[in-house]
Amino acid sequence: MAQHQVNYASSGGLPVALTTVDRLLNWGRSNSLWPLTYGLACCAIEMMASGASRFDFDRMGVIFRASPRQADVMILAGTLSKKHAEFARRLYDQMAEPKWVISMGSCANTGGMFNTYATVQGVDRIIPVDIYLPGCAPRPETLQYAMMMLQKKIRREPADMKKRKLQRFV
Amino acid sequence: MRKYTPKENVQAKAKYTDRFWVAPQVPRNPVEEDEYFAGVLAAVKEAVEVLDAYIEIGQLVIHIRPEQNIEALRTLKEECGYAMCSELSAVDYLAQDGEFEIFYQLLNLKEAKRVRVLTRIKEDQGIESIVPLYAMANFAEREMYDMFGIYVNNHPYLKRILMPDDWEGHPLRKTYPLEGDEFASWYEVDKIFGKEYRDIIGPENRDPARVDRYDTQRFSRIGHEVPFGADPKSVDTTETPIEYSSEILSDYNKGPHKVLDKRK
Repeated sequence: MAQHQVNYASSGGLPVALTTVDRLLNWGRSNSLWPLTYGLACCAIEMMASGASRFDFDRMGVIFRASPRQADVMILAGTLSKKHAEFARRLYDQMAEPKWVISMGSCANTGGMFNTYATVQGVDRIIPVDIYLPGCAPRPETLQYAMMMLQKKIRREPADMKKRKLQRFV
Repeated sequence: MRKYTPKENVQAKAKYTDRFWVAPQVPRNPVEEDEYFAGVLAAVKEAVEVLDAYIEIGQLVIHIRPEQNIEALRTLKEECGYAMCSELSAVDYLAQDGEFEIFYQLLNLKEAKRVRVLTRIKEDQGIESIVPLYAMANFAEREMYDMFGIYVNNHPYLKRILMPDDWEGHPLRKTYPLEGDEFASWYEVDKIFGKEYRDIIGPENRDPARVDRYDTQRFSRIGHEVPFGADPKSVDTTETPIEYSSEILSDYNKGPHKVLDKRK
């Protein structure tokens, strides 16, 4: 034990790192993004693959949670029907701040090929979306990239939620 | 080889000239040709009035009166061994005949034979439920009610099955627009936020390739850059074609090239 014990007084000074509160909070938030398990259609298969061992979301600190109370990110993976829109919004409302939304796939972005009476034409009609992820269905790499873009976005944002709310449009 | 069609003046013509093309009818053979089906039809004829009967692609098709659907199906189930109802739904012929056509697709598992029972009802007419005979009809008749608005009498639980309970309209009718009516297009907004939110959210965008140049949050334009989230009034509305710019585009055709002598 303690094979690499550091003598702070002699080897480089005290263990002090200077940063801002914003950076510290955003560092913590962006590196432990817990998405809500919310598969709506075939995009959910790709989302599941992203969480499984081959693509391994866990190494990015992305761990799927089955409860909106414990989740930070909502990945809307698939077609959102009008009947289900109410429940999607309710789950979003149940998530604790700070929270982010990834709209995964063409159907969630714009309604996709379901230009019909029963499909919500883009989930941004009911939920503010942070990242729009194109594809039908997007590959797991694409979802990983979206997650990395979201991390970048979080690191840029002010950590104060009152300031962040101004950027939201719903 | 594709069939040659004259191409002159092709743009002035309508693209689809066969819009009102009617598919050729499947040949209908008399029931007497098939000994087994002739026996089935005789049993049904004893129970109910048969309006028409023929064999279509190896299946017996029987037209009956809507009031006698229970009797006809009971005869087929109990006397002829059609123990399974594999499908049940309706077809909208309201524009053509002012009627719905309801079909019951039956299967005899022992003989591997199928019978289709057809009946026609008016728009405001109901039909008797066949749940006492075939339990599968419970969900199928609910779907028929949901999609066509056909009331099923004495159904144990007649309620919408696919669409939400407070939905207006019956989507599989030919008069229902594919992209939904006024109610459908605002359904989720009205339900979640209330009607006063319609102005904030705006109508549905049914064109996925639409680019809104005044939306400075989600769209950018090459050559007319505006800061993210800038005031829409500051957006330059002039339309200029994209020209070569050394900052945005690089011309790879110009400039010094290194041509490899030999491929590795």
